Amino acid sequence: MSRFSNKERATPSISTASLPDIVFMLLFFFMVSTVMRETTIMVEQRIPPASQLQKLEKKSLVSFIYVGKPRDASLYGSEPKIQVNDVFINSEEIPLFVEQEKSKLSENERDQITMSLKIDRDAKMGIVTDVKQELRKANARKINYSSRFGSGTL
Amino acid sequence: MNASSMADIAFLLLIFFLVTTTIASDKGLPMLLPPYNEDVPPELKKAEHNVFAVLINSRNELLVEKEPMELSAIREAAKVFLSNNGANEELSDNPQEAVVSLKGDRGTSYSTYLTVLDELTAAYNELRAEYLGITVEQYLSLDKSDPEQERAYKAARAAYPYQLSEAEPTDIGGN
Repeated sequence: MSRFSNKERATPSISTASLPDIVFMLLFFFMVSTVMRETTIMVEQRIPPASQLQKLEKKSLVSFIYVGKPRDASLYGSEPKIQVNDVFINSEEIPLFVEQEKSKLSENERDQITMSLKIDRDAKMGIVTDVKQELRKANARKINYSSRFGSGTL
Repeated sequence: MNASSMADIAFLLLIFFLVTTTIASDKGLPMLLPPYNEDVPPELKKAEHNVFAVLINSRNELLVEKEPMELSAIREAAKVFLSNNGANEELSDNPQEAVVSLKGDRGTSYSTYLTVLDELTAAYNELRAEYLGITVEQYLSLDKSDPEQERAYKAARAAYPYQLSEAEPTDIGGN
């Protein structure tokens, strides 16, 4: 009747030959949709939500300022700090930072520089106001409070 | 050919990318700061009923037009103030005269400030969207490069000009 011995009658296992293909597809998706993180963010960033969000127009004209408590409190303390481009700075050094960022742009684009402020929800308005004052002095008046979509009143 | 090592290599690369990249999502509340002036700005002579005063103290409590108020009530109150058009004598004469003044304390937490700013901006955006007869989402995604949409956008802005003035924060509460 049958020429196949019983030992060969195991249920056929699922072929895993397509597994690397699936993983490569996922990989390509991530390669295409993400950006390499340029700076390690050294402060806590739990950004409060907001509903009236507008997109930042030209990514090349945006500079980031991070404000929050340092992640490494033993090294840097627990007072909220200002971080730009991998270093902590004081509010007085902001105009210098603005100049550096403006010099990276061409002459006619300099006025359109936008400062994206990524501020932790527990940072106090004292330090935020200092940052804004220094930005006004440096004539970087276009700012954007970075946020994710959500409601703050819930 | 054994495909298990291919899968391992692919997983390794995937994990590398997951760890070193971020999905950039840059949206937020835009604002234009007033120019910096060394001299103390002159006291603007504005009739009190045309000013919607919002104060936040260091305990994140709100005082709107001298009355305590919950965060959830600001949007409606601001809309009523802005669209008053002289109906109630204690509120604005018209949206062009109406000014919203926001004053916090140095000890106010940023999340309260941002929520207040969000609610006030929402009040303006909702009134502008109603004026144009569209929804708020449609208003926020108006394409300014299209001349007709830009005209609508400018008309809405003229009808309800964004006049929000931020004062120096007080330094009463402890940080």
